[in-house]
Amino acid sequence: MSDQKKVNRRDFIYTASTVVGVVGVGAAAWPLIDQMNPDASVKALATTEVDVSLVKPGQSITVLWRGKPVFIKRRTDNEIAEAKAVSLTELKHPEKDEDRASNPEWLVMLGVCTHLGCVPLADKGDYKGWFCPCHGSHYDTSGRIRKGPAPTNLEIPKYEFVNSNTIKIG
Amino acid sequence: MSEHNYQPKSKFGKWFNDRLPLLTLANHLTDYPTPKNLNYWWTFGGILTFCLITQIITGLVLAMHYIAHADLAFSSVEHIMRDVNYGWLIRYIHANGASMFFLAVYIHIFRSLFYGSYKAPREIIWILGIMIYLLMMAAAFMGYVLPWGQMSFWGATVITNLFSAIPLVGESITTWLWGGYSVDNPTLTRFFTLHYLIPFLILGLVVLHIWALHVPGNNNPIGIDIKKPSKDTVSFHPYIVVKDLFALLLFLILFAFFVFYSPNVLGHADNYIEANPLVTPAHIVPEWYLLPFYAILRSIPDKLMGVIAMLSAILILAALPWLDTSKIRSAVFRPLYKQFYWILVLDVLILGYVGAMPAEGLYLLIARIGTAYYFAHFLIILPILGKVEKTLPLPMSISEPILGGSLNAEPARSKEDFQKL
Repeated sequence: MSDQKKVNRRDFIYTASTVVGVVGVGAAAWPLIDQMNPDASVKALATTEVDVSLVKPGQSITVLWRGKPVFIKRRTDNEIAEAKAVSLTELKHPEKDEDRASNPEWLVMLGVCTHLGCVPLADKGDYKGWFCPCHGSHYDTSGRIRKGPAPTNLEIPKYEFVNSNTIKIG
Repeated sequence: MSEHNYQPKSKFGKWFNDRLPLLTLANHLTDYPTPKNLNYWWTFGGILTFCLITQIITGLVLAMHYIAHADLAFSSVEHIMRDVNYGWLIRYIHANGASMFFLAVYIHIFRSLFYGSYKAPREIIWILGIMIYLLMMAAAFMGYVLPWGQMSFWGATVITNLFSAIPLVGESITTWLWGGYSVDNPTLTRFFTLHYLIPFLILGLVVLHIWALHVPGNNNPIGIDIKKPSKDTVSFHPYIVVKDLFALLLFLILFAFFVFYSPNVLGHADNYIEANPLVTPAHIVPEWYLLPFYAILRSIPDKLMGVIAMLSAILILAALPWLDTSKIRSAVFRPLYKQFYWILVLDVLILGYVGAMPAEGLYLLIARIGTAYYFAHFLIILPILGKVEKTLPLPMSISEPILGGSLNAEPARSKEDFQKL
């Protein structure tokens, strides 16, 4: 039977109409799927400007950017020295402190644990940086993961100093 | 079976039934032959149906007063508790109903594990059951988010972040799930929609679950195939209906105890604090019914592997009919399996306990051993046990052990003995 079988007009019509049907259903489904992605009003809040003139060395403030906390920490000389002294081989996710804080005095990073998204607590943990209470991740004074289940360092968002007192995040 | 020839008595009934055979269906359900030795562990199917209907009715009522908006959700729940007539009662029934639902489903699942109800020819019933269980967990999780308290918010954050463990597309998937860059109002409104939808999906699966059950009929405590209908069966109505109702009554005493005397004991005080995206509660714990899986998640030091282990712990159940190589269904005739069964029960309880404890030191060690044992039970012990275990002889019928003396005092006759007679 199989050797007699030739592709005839009917087979062609079956295949062609199935393909058209699949493409049509896919095209109709896409708006229903994409409507769940961030909408225009959410995207509109993509940047935040923060006045940091009142933050003293050793202090840290937390601001909300795109619904997430951002830590802005003015580090002390000790903390900077500690962060710089760490050798890259000790790190789970090796990153130099210079690459994380272009101005070493200011550390700006997302306050979202890279494990499962909790907010780490400042000045806690084995490395005097941040400690996540949910599942026990320890971060150092550069926000790098040192111990615990988190896979990567605390994320550095895109930011810039608009002037010496204002940071623009996003 | 007789229902195929069923003829309604009244003229109208016959007219109607010829056009839509609902009366044939009703007759099938009442006459459905049921093994006469079903014990009280078999009443949980009926109890679960009751739980589902209770959740749907109380949920519908709550939805009339609840407002799914990040700024209003928390106060609308307090409004239900304080202002709405009987709102406190309906919400407490709904919240504790979820716990009661899971309590019943765990008993139902472990009954199936003990008596081998998942084995041929009942694999599809079992897999439908696992799908219902998964949907129950999704519904419970999303429902827990709706009051928009601290535990709601951070539970939602932690669970949705599980998807970020997926390589390459994880980040886009979480953003898509959230409808933003964090758990926020768009997340709440879609969770509310899905929380409303899922119970009806469960209802559809329950219909399939019962349909698939009615093809081979119930398993029974001795796990042998029986002739239906025969002296080994009784009709579903009134015998099983009345027994199920009596069991439901006992179950409702426990249910009422929680609703009226300790409605918050199964919840977390932190959820009476409104959601705050800047502060994570010191100790995030899921609801009690998810704790064993939470312990498995935390026992693995790698994020992606932890998520995979947790999902596998549930999905492995779907493969159980093929992992258990023993042809004997009931643990009554499997002396070794019976012991491993109880070790598994203990293992799951221990995992549940360490899931509620901080993930460090001894607790972490126990969680790791418990996780390893959980997987070993399904992947190593069950496949081997079916090949090496010496099982006890099966009786020929349900009546035989009773008529032929007690099972414990003297083994019932084996098939070979029976044929010699």
